[in-house]
Amino acid sequence: MSEADLQTRIAEKFQALKAAGRPALVTFITAGDPDLATSLEIMKALPEAGADVIELGMPFSDPMADGPAIQAASQRALAAGQTMAKTLQMVREFRATDNDTPVVLMGYYNPIYVYPAEQFVKDAKAAGVDGLIVVDVPPEADDELCIPAMRAGLNFIRLATPTTDDLRLPAVLQNTSGFLYYVSIAGITGTQAPVKERVHRHVARIKQQTDMPIAVGFGIKTGAQARELASGADGIVVGSALVNAIAESLTENGQAGPRTVANVKAIVAELSEALTNGASH
Amino acid sequence: MTTPTAKTPNSYRTGPDEHGHFGIFGGRFVAETLMPLILELEAAYNEAKADPAFQAELADLSAHYAGRPSPLYFAERLTAHFGGAKIYFKRDELNHTGSHKINNCLGQILLAKRMGKTRIIAETGAGQHGVAVATVAARFGLPCTIFMGATDVERQKPNVFRMKLLGAEVRPVTAGRGTLKDAMNEALRDWVANVDDTFYIIGTAAGPHPYPAMVRDFQSVIGQEAKQQILEREGRLPDVLVACIGGGSNAIGLFHPFLDDLDVDIYGVEAGGRGLDVKNGHAASLNGGRPGVLHGNRTYLLQDEEGQILEGHSISAGLDYPGIGPEHAWLKESGRVSYVSATDQEALEAFQLCTKLEGIIPALEPAHALAYAGKIAPGLPKQAIIVMNMCGRGDKDIFAVADHLGMEI
Repeated sequence: MSEADLQTRIAEKFQALKAAGRPALVTFITAGDPDLATSLEIMKALPEAGADVIELGMPFSDPMADGPAIQAASQRALAAGQTMAKTLQMVREFRATDNDTPVVLMGYYNPIYVYPAEQFVKDAKAAGVDGLIVVDVPPEADDELCIPAMRAGLNFIRLATPTTDDLRLPAVLQNTSGFLYYVSIAGITGTQAPVKERVHRHVARIKQQTDMPIAVGFGIKTGAQARELASGADGIVVGSALVNAIAESLTENGQAGPRTVANVKAIVAELSEALTNGASH
Repeated sequence: MTTPTAKTPNSYRTGPDEHGHFGIFGGRFVAETLMPLILELEAAYNEAKADPAFQAELADLSAHYAGRPSPLYFAERLTAHFGGAKIYFKRDELNHTGSHKINNCLGQILLAKRMGKTRIIAETGAGQHGVAVATVAARFGLPCTIFMGATDVERQKPNVFRMKLLGAEVRPVTAGRGTLKDAMNEALRDWVANVDDTFYIIGTAAGPHPYPAMVRDFQSVIGQEAKQQILEREGRLPDVLVACIGGGSNAIGLFHPFLDDLDVDIYGVEAGGRGLDVKNGHAASLNGGRPGVLHGNRTYLLQDEEGQILEGHSISAGLDYPGIGPEHAWLKESGRVSYVSATDQEALEAFQLCTKLEGIIPALEPAHALAYAGKIAPGLPKQAIIVMNMCGRGDKDIFAVADHLGMEI
């Protein structure tokens, strides 16, 4: 496995943004939320609204690292009949009109394990996926998924957290590629607000051990927050805020409403503008 | 998905390996935030295990607080009723708090104290583990939060009240269907958000390494005592062991000391619910599930074709967990233990039979084990010996049973 094999759209995107002096806006939505067609429409609208990287959640019945917003999104998607095959099909359809925006699948191990994993990484690559984030597969289990993913040409993006100390960091960094996802709080997605000074300190600490781009996420809701936390990092991840925008736009019986796509686009545009302007100061 | 059948090992008692694997099962599938904690916990447990002072304190509390050793009782009238093998009950329902759960809770709270943790969390299904955790938290003066599915909070009101009396905060979990697996998800979420001060007392022999091994070790006192007691009483080992299986902690506690005694046949009894052929109508992970990864370990799970976890069903709230301890998954594949099932109806009948013939109201969980013991006893010679783990008492179940029997309390 050489570095060249892993020159995915992710690396190209972060390099281009670095040259432009702007942090990446990484946006998360759950595949199939609130239904497959709307979800694909949102996905296609994200780059135009200002998203640089798309994280697409693979819904799971038991999302242990997620807060109420993303739990609910997972349940909406599963209730609407989302499957792994449909998630990969979404990426394929997205790629038909966008061959530039990196797509990262994010989720939990069990749906991949039963797929099974060796086949999953091949199918994901063929569909146009660039990277994977699988929350519950630590470096100790790299042989199971991380190594097969790398062999298939996918970046395996790992989370580093406030509890990842200097001793453990090398293990976390070892097979991580694409970017490192720094989890700004010890907690679940979309809950507490991160403390900016602490995040800056941790990101600076990690930067001493890697040249890989670092994107900061968990608990970022507003443009102002995004701008503050982006300083010193290479990107910002926003998930629960977008997923909440979807939730708030639904009709009484939980179907996509007239503003569902527009609401998500509006937030992404606001975040993107905050990051772009922030970069010019 | 098939897994290779392991060769017959020299010993069935050496697992897990250093990474927490029992064959392909077990492991540590947790989010990065928890990894450092899990590693710290493992180191602390290994140290404590080897420390005579820790073991002495645990033994003292087991004897004088929990009431160990629990008796080994010859169930004479049930034996006569079934007309075959002699049936013995290991009476863990006589422990303080009414089940085997206290064995593990005492061990883990001593470890929490040793690690300097100041807050306890736990998940509970039927409420037996929650009550045991609330009890030891009260005893050691630590604040404690119990996560319990909202559905279970409704159907286990007496235990909810007991936990509250003991000073615990009971947090109903509405995510999912509001049962045990959802409570465990929520406890894990709480733990991730409170990593510095919080100790998570997992109630069954499942979860990320070292929990399955640690819980087994604390529960093995059941099998160690039973072995000594049956040798004193009968001068030989039993022919058969039977225990019910939800997550599998009482069963692994009874089985483990006997695993290398190959003449002892061992049966784990899963919750057959409305029948193994009823889709999502049972909680038999080993008989009706397949390998997957959930709650930090690889094991047999109730799941659909897409790997989404199913809820399962059992008359017993303590058995309707969609997973199973990883050591049981390995013992199934190695063929050392036979995993069978008993239905809701069979458990209900055994519950009534035991109450009427022995004057012992069993919990619905061990009623499953008794139902299976009653199936095999008649086919065994009269001198054969069955030891069954009576792991909990049925006081908590009287409302559910009355409901099923159409009786009013």
